[in-house]
Amino acid sequence: MRVDLLMEALPIMGTGYLGIFIVTGVIIGIITLLTKLTKR
Amino acid sequence: MEVLIQNVSYITWQMLVMWGIGGVLIYLAIVKQMEPTLLLPMGFGAILVNLPVAVEGTGVQHVLDALFSIGIDGAELFPLMLFVGIGAMIDFQPLLTNPKLMIFGAAAQFGIFFTLALASLLGYDLRDAASISIIGAADGPTSIFVATELGSKYLGAIMVAAYSYMALVPLIQPPIIKLCTTKAERKIKMQYKGKPVSKTTKILFPIVVTVIVGIVAPDAVALIGFLMFGNLIRECGVMQSISETAQNALANLITIFLGITIASRMKAADFLQVDTLIIIGLGLVAFVFDTFGGIMVAKLMNLLTKEKINPMIGAAGISAFPMSARVVHKLGLEEDNQNFLLMHSVGVNVSGQIASVIAGGLILALVKAEIGG
Repeated sequence: MRVDLLMEALPIMGTGYLGIFIVTGVIIGIITLLTKLTKR
Repeated sequence: MEVLIQNVSYITWQMLVMWGIGGVLIYLAIVKQMEPTLLLPMGFGAILVNLPVAVEGTGVQHVLDALFSIGIDGAELFPLMLFVGIGAMIDFQPLLTNPKLMIFGAAAQFGIFFTLALASLLGYDLRDAASISIIGAADGPTSIFVATELGSKYLGAIMVAAYSYMALVPLIQPPIIKLCTTKAERKIKMQYKGKPVSKTTKILFPIVVTVIVGIVAPDAVALIGFLMFGNLIRECGVMQSISETAQNALANLITIFLGITIASRMKAADFLQVDTLIIIGLGLVAFVFDTFGGIMVAKLMNLLTKEKINPMIGAAGISAFPMSARVVHKLGLEEDNQNFLLMHSVGVNVSGQIASVIAGGLILALVKAEIGG
């Protein structure tokens, strides 16, 4: 068991998972806006 | 006669094991019809590269090395070209109708990050742990792209695990979904409000997503760019025959070449190692925790919103398109034959496709920043 390597990976785990939600949030916002702007 | 005896003497028990593995893959492709365009060339290739003649370094190995060099190692041509075909296959309408579904696509990438931590704890350095964890993207091209970019020495095992588990989604996901949900939750019906989506939105969507990802997660832009380019070909309405070619002929041809190229890294000496088994195990962990993450976020949303969500659709956020959506739909029908979850699960599933690519890009960016690559 390499706890030192785990400690190295934990910030990437947190930042990465949070990052997906942030990027996804931006895309959701843009899609919603896009749909509203192009509504016929 | 002498040559024949010499060649037979080169055969090792490890080669025989690899022939067996190749045979199993061919069996799954033909009899069980699991991803035949991929598993058939992989199975055949596994036998091909483990013949004594291949060990001697004849033409077979040179051709496979050339395919590997062009298609995977150099410019990652195969995964990117395959994404054009996948993009052309995907109809993003269910997602555009209800963009909130993207949250589940993001949530179901949890397995990637959980596996990253677990692989690190097991002693894999950051480069390899990240490459192994990306099996959880449930998306072969992304796994190959990330593992190649990070220069992982376990590329062969990662490719085999990624594609095998994608084919096994109908077997892996149902028990996890049932374990994480109650019967009452699985019976939740969801209204599908099929709002019309304008053609302009469908055309602008791939362009806008490419621009956003290009700005926010530039390391994912090659993958998302080719995926969205394929989708633009589909949606533009003036390239119908090219769209059909990309979805069928192009995707199938690239998959066949990809399969046999993956097999070139299945030589007994490299493949039959304890690490391969550990990586295959970690890949399964990634798929299980992806499913778990998607379901749990759906359950969390049920606590916060009035309109109830069937938590099973969270499981479709695992990328494996379209198997995962079908699995969820089938489980819904098993509980109640009037519970049609297909449109919701497809929406989540295509979100998972985008989210897994973003996850791959973020992993690349974060790991490169950490190791200074």
